Amino acid sequence: MNAGNLLPAVAAVAALALLLGAALGWIASILRSNPGALVERIDALLPQTQCGRCLYPGCRPYAQAIAAGEADIDRCPPGGETTVRALATLLDRPPRPLNPRYGVTLPPRVAVIDEARCIGCTRCLPACPVDAIVGASRSMHTVIASQCTGCELCLPPCPVDCIAMVPISAPAVAAVGNARFASETA
Amino acid sequence: MSARPAMRGGLRLDGHKSRPLEQPVFVAAPPRTAVVALDQGSGEDARPLVTPGATVRVGTRVAAGRGGSADLHSPVSGVLREITVLPTPRGTGHCLVIDADGRDEPDPGIAPLDWQALEGTSLIERLDAGGIAGLGGAAFPAAAKLATGREAGVDRLLLNGAECEPWICCDDALMRERAGDVVLGARVMLAACGAARATIAVEDDKPQAIAALEAAVAVCGDGRVEVLGLPAVFPLGAEGPLIAAVTGREVPHDGLPPQVGVVCHNVGTAAAVARLVRDGMPCIARVVTVTGSGVRRPANIEARIGTPITELVAACDGYTEAPSPRHLIAGGSLTGRALATDAAGLTKGLNCVLVATADDLPPRGPEMPCIRCGDCATVCPAGLLPQQLHRAARSDDADGLARFGLADCIECGCCDYVCPSAIPLTARFRAARARHRQHEEQRRRATEARARYDRHQQRIAAEAEREREAFEDARRRARDGAERSEPASDASGGPERD
Repeated sequence: MNAGNLLPAVAAVAALALLLGAALGWIASILRSNPGALVERIDALLPQTQCGRCLYPGCRPYAQAIAAGEADIDRCPPGGETTVRALATLLDRPPRPLNPRYGVTLPPRVAVIDEARCIGCTRCLPACPVDAIVGASRSMHTVIASQCTGCELCLPPCPVDCIAMVPISAPAVAAVGNARFASETA
Repeated sequence: MSARPAMRGGLRLDGHKSRPLEQPVFVAAPPRTAVVALDQGSGEDARPLVTPGATVRVGTRVAAGRGGSADLHSPVSGVLREITVLPTPRGTGHCLVIDADGRDEPDPGIAPLDWQALEGTSLIERLDAGGIAGLGGAAFPAAAKLATGREAGVDRLLLNGAECEPWICCDDALMRERAGDVVLGARVMLAACGAARATIAVEDDKPQAIAALEAAVAVCGDGRVEVLGLPAVFPLGAEGPLIAAVTGREVPHDGLPPQVGVVCHNVGTAAAVARLVRDGMPCIARVVTVTGSGVRRPANIEARIGTPITELVAACDGYTEAPSPRHLIAGGSLTGRALATDAAGLTKGLNCVLVATADDLPPRGPEMPCIRCGDCATVCPAGLLPQQLHRAARSDDADGLARFGLADCIECGCCDYVCPSAIPLTARFRAARARHRQHEEQRRRATEARARYDRHQQRIAAEAEREREAFEDARRRARDGAERSEPASDASGGPERD
C-alpha cells in the first residue's frame, strides 16, 4: 500500500473534523449561558426576604454572587433546606446542609410594632427593604403584615425596642383580624 | 325515565340512609346562641357589616361575601355579642356570635319576590343578595355560577339530587317532602341563567324522591323541567361525573361546566331559591343529616345556619353511650373531614354530621406498602392513576404530581376505599394539595417582595442622585455667587472705602 492512496482519505477526515469543529464552536457560541439569565433563575429560587443574612445586601446580590461563583449555595436560612436543594438541582451541584454560620431556619414570622410604645422616630422606615412599614415623624408606625418578609432588619434601628417578631399563626391573625374588623365596621 | 350508562370507575356502596328517613324532616327550634362562621365553606371570609352590640333580625344582612363567598344573613333575631375566633366545621375561624332574643322577628326588609317580572341579570342580583350558596357542600355563591352560565349561554340547568354518599340523605328527604320547592327553584334558576331546560338528576335508589319530583313537575306543568333517574354509583353526585353521565359531555380539566353548556346546582340550593322568592327569606337554614351509630335517633334536621352541632345532636336525643370511640365527621364517610369539636355552628356547606362508631367505620388497620395492584386506578372516576400520584406525593415531587393530574382529583375517596394496603390516599392528596397551595402562596409573596425591593432600591438610588445633584447645584451656585459677588463687592465696596 503506498502513501499516495492514503492521502485523499486523510484529507477527507481532516476536512470533516474541521467542518464539524467549526459547527460545534458556532453552536456553543449560540448556546453560551447568558450570565444575566442565570442570575434571574437563581433569584427566582431565593425566598426574597431581603434579610441579608447571607452577608449580601439582598437576594439579587446573593444570586449574582452565586452565579459568579463567589458564594456557596448554603447561605440562605429563610429558604432552608428546600432552597439549598432547589439551587443544587439548578446548578447541578451536590446538595449540602445549610451553613449554621449564617443562621438557622425558623418558621415564618412577621414584625409587629407595639404601637403603644412606638415613639414615631421613623428610623425603621428606611431599614425595611420592602417598604412594609408605614408611619410618619412623631406618629405611630405599623407593619403591613401581608407585605412583611420577616427579615428582622427593622429591629436594630428601633431605639425603644418596640418591634417584636411573631410567628404567623392563628392568634396573631386573630388579633390583627379583630382590629381590622373594628376599623372597617366603625 | 331511562337510566343512562354509568360513569367511569366508581363504587357501588351499601347505603345507610334508612334510619334518618324513617321520620320526616325535623324542624329544629332556632338556637339560643347562633355561631355563624364567616367562612361558610367557600372562598374568603365574608366581611362583617355589623359591630358587636348591634341588634339584628332574622334575615338581616350581617356580612358581605367576597372572593368566592356569599352574603351572610342573621339566622335569629337578637344582639351580636362578638366577632371572635371559634371552631368551625373547617377548623377554626372568625364567627359572629349572635344571642337570640327568642322573638324570632323577621327583618322588615323581607318581602316575597315577583321573580317572573324580573330580567335574568336583575334576578341573579336578587339571588346574590339572598346569600344563596351551594348547599351540596361547596357553598359557592349560586348567583355567581348562574351569572357565568348566563354569560356562556348554557343550554342546560342540571339539578344534582344524586346524593351518592352512603350516609347522607338530606337531599333525599328534601326532595320527598319539598319537591314543589325544588321544582319552583329550578324554574327560577332557568329564568336566571337562560337555559332551555332543567334536568333534576336523582339516583334510582330514591324511588320516593323521584315520584315526588315527577308529581311536582306535573303539577306545575312546566315542560322544560324533567326528572332523570341515574344508577346509584359513588361518586356520581360529584359535578364532573354527573355532567358526563347526564349529558355525555366532559368538562375540560382546566375548565368549568358552563364551557360545555351546563350549569349545575344542588337540589337543596334550588329549594333555598324557592324559599327566597316565595317568602323573601334569605338562605338562613338548611336540611342536614345527623346520623351514625353514635346518635340515638338519626334524623334529617332543618336547622338555622349557626346552630351549634351539640344542639343538632341533642335534637337526635343525644349521643349513644357506646363504649367504642366516636368519630365526628363533617360530611359523609368517604369525602367527609374529621370535626375537632361539636361546638362548631352549622354552615351552608355542612350537609351531614356523621357520628361514627367503630361499627360504622371499621378501623383501617396499619398502612402497608403499595403492591401496585391497580385497583385504585380502576375505581378512580377522574381517570387518574392514584398509585403514581401517591409515589409523587411521598417524595414531594411537584412536577410528578402535576403530570399525573393532582389538580383533577375530586377527593372522592374511592381509591382509599379499595386499597388493599390501607394507604390513606385521599388524605395524602389533600395534604399534597395544601402544600402546593402554600408553595404557590410563598412564590406569590416572593414575587411581590422582589418587586417592592426593586422599587425600594430604585427609590434610594434616586434619592441619592437627587441629593448629589442638589449638593452640586448648591456648590455651583455658591461658586457662581462668589464670582458674581466679587466684582459686586468691589463696586459696592468702592464708595465705602472712599
